[in-house]
Amino acid sequence: MDVVIGQLFTGLSIGSILLLAALGLSLTFGQMGVINMAHGEFIMAGSYTAYVVQQIVSTGGASLFISLIVGFLVGGAMGVLLEVTLIQRMYHRPLDTLLVTFGVGLILQQLARDIFGAPAVNVVSPGWLSGGVDIFGAVVPKTRIFILVLAIVAVLALSMALKKTAMGRRIRAVVQNRDLAETSGISSRRTDISTFFLGSGLAGVAGVALTLIGSTSSTVGQSYLIDAFLVVVVGGLGQIKGAVIAAFALGILNSFIEYSTTASIAKVIVFVLIVIFLQARPQGLFAVKTRSLV
Amino acid sequence: MSEFIAKRGALLGFALAAILLFAVAPAVLSDFRLNLLGKFICYAIVAVGIGLACGRGGMLTLGQGVFFGIGAYIMAMHLKISDADLRGDDVPDFMSIAGIRELPSYWVPFTSPITTILGILFLPALVALVLGLGVFKRRVKGAYFAILSQALAAAFAILLIGQQTTGGSNGLNRFRTFFGFNLNDPANKQMLFFIAAGVLLVVVAITRQLMYSRYGELLVAVRDQEERVRFLGYDPANVKIVAYVAAAFFAGLAGALFVPIVGIISPNDVGIVPSIAFLIGVAIGGRTTLLGPVLGALGVAWAQTTLSEQFPSGWTYAQGLLFVVVVGFFPAGIAGLFALRKRKQESEPVPEPSEEPEKELTR
Repeated sequence: MDVVIGQLFTGLSIGSILLLAALGLSLTFGQMGVINMAHGEFIMAGSYTAYVVQQIVSTGGASLFISLIVGFLVGGAMGVLLEVTLIQRMYHRPLDTLLVTFGVGLILQQLARDIFGAPAVNVVSPGWLSGGVDIFGAVVPKTRIFILVLAIVAVLALSMALKKTAMGRRIRAVVQNRDLAETSGISSRRTDISTFFLGSGLAGVAGVALTLIGSTSSTVGQSYLIDAFLVVVVGGLGQIKGAVIAAFALGILNSFIEYSTTASIAKVIVFVLIVIFLQARPQGLFAVKTRSLV
Repeated sequence: MSEFIAKRGALLGFALAAILLFAVAPAVLSDFRLNLLGKFICYAIVAVGIGLACGRGGMLTLGQGVFFGIGAYIMAMHLKISDADLRGDDVPDFMSIAGIRELPSYWVPFTSPITTILGILFLPALVALVLGLGVFKRRVKGAYFAILSQALAAAFAILLIGQQTTGGSNGLNRFRTFFGFNLNDPANKQMLFFIAAGVLLVVVAITRQLMYSRYGELLVAVRDQEERVRFLGYDPANVKIVAYVAAAFFAGLAGALFVPIVGIISPNDVGIVPSIAFLIGVAIGGRTTLLGPVLGALGVAWAQTTLSEQFPSGWTYAQGLLFVVVVGFFPAGIAGLFALRKRKQESEPVPEPSEEPEKELTR
């Protein structure tokens, strides 16, 4: 029993990390059709932000919360910079955004290696997050519970922002019908930028969260990016609900398959399962109903 | 008449390339440089396939490293087994060091040269066929397909790293013979170069025939207006699968040639980054043309070798910048620039570079 509970919590915690990484992607990829391969490097930037903040503010708890805020702003600023310089030129060529942002990602990775050095750095998590909690006989590290809570808060905050704020309403309006939104006086340029700020900021938050469970190197974002993309594909484009279900489903699936086989075999099995799943639902779990033919 | 000239032009170009590769290159290049060119040619063979699937077919294949890797690992397994035979051992050297006494079952077929060659020819194509059927028949396309092909590359590399019997992250290296020929003999190395050059010429010829056939027209039609093609009674999935399988077949061949020429294959050569890096040469050369990908791949491989000798970290920046500048600002590549200049010389009004195909790439 405690094995099952333990694996379940490992799965939930993998899922919550995937969710944090995928939420921002779901926004920029799902709602704007931009495939941002540099999203992984925005995650990395969040992780290094936490490292830098800790060098300045060394008191555990405060440093974590400052990092979360600064990480959000750093990620968001990088996203806005990318949108303004490159992506706005290529909204009509979505597949090319993938290659361009891959190039940006390569540059950012090398930049991180040159600034922070090749070896991984560590961020000390605050004292009140050390140790674990006993849940039905399985010991779950407090850091993992914190990330789970953080993911839930991020989902709630994002859906509130999209539903209740003026900016969120503008974002949804532009996504649903760009021309009509323009006609009603919404600047789609400014909305695109704020969407990108929000999505990339969430990547920064994900990066800060990652420092709680592992060390930070220049490739930290890359290792989560593919899985985050798969979450968006399985969940359905631009669907927060879909991303939540897909992230936890993939996380739990992964942890149970990994338990009975090995980590590398589990990756392949999960991939095959996703391709099989797409046979049943090519558009992911939830899809916006459109009149397009596919 | 003009068609006749065009045909003769292609033949002339083909003959010129053959003379360059088979007579000029061996005469002017040192053994080391010739071997290096052989490695670049392997990349060029992959690029031809990407040009077909991605440029003509509009499928952004980010996982060509997988097919390259399947071909390469099959070849490498065969070479390792024959190396073990020479030493009178049952298993390759790295396995006996790890204490593995018996050949793993998936290695056994590749003891025979015939199954090795059959494996190289058919296994990459078969994997592409299965994935293509699973993806294109369900009309999964555009970004979804790109992400899936990329995830496949990630899964494949992780699988290779995780298994001790594939040499883990070290990969497979130290080969001594190639189907009975000593790999340290310069004459045999030259022979390998000739094989690679010959394969490149054949692959280019096959692709040209495909591009200028009725099928080639259909492929471009599917890229630009998939729904209309469907309404005309064709199944776009089949059209795409043919191009995707051909690209995988070429990549597998290239991988198999890469192993004896370079002498090592590791997960580093087949993961996500090399898989996407294959695309940059194609993009620079001009992805919708036949020769653009070949020349682009050769140029990028050459630049990488010379640049990374001098500035180890500089190449990553250069590669990133190339992606940003070429894809972002010159989507038609160098071939596109030539086409533009040619049009200017003919003093026609220069039309805007067509954005139509890309528009339809999404969904």
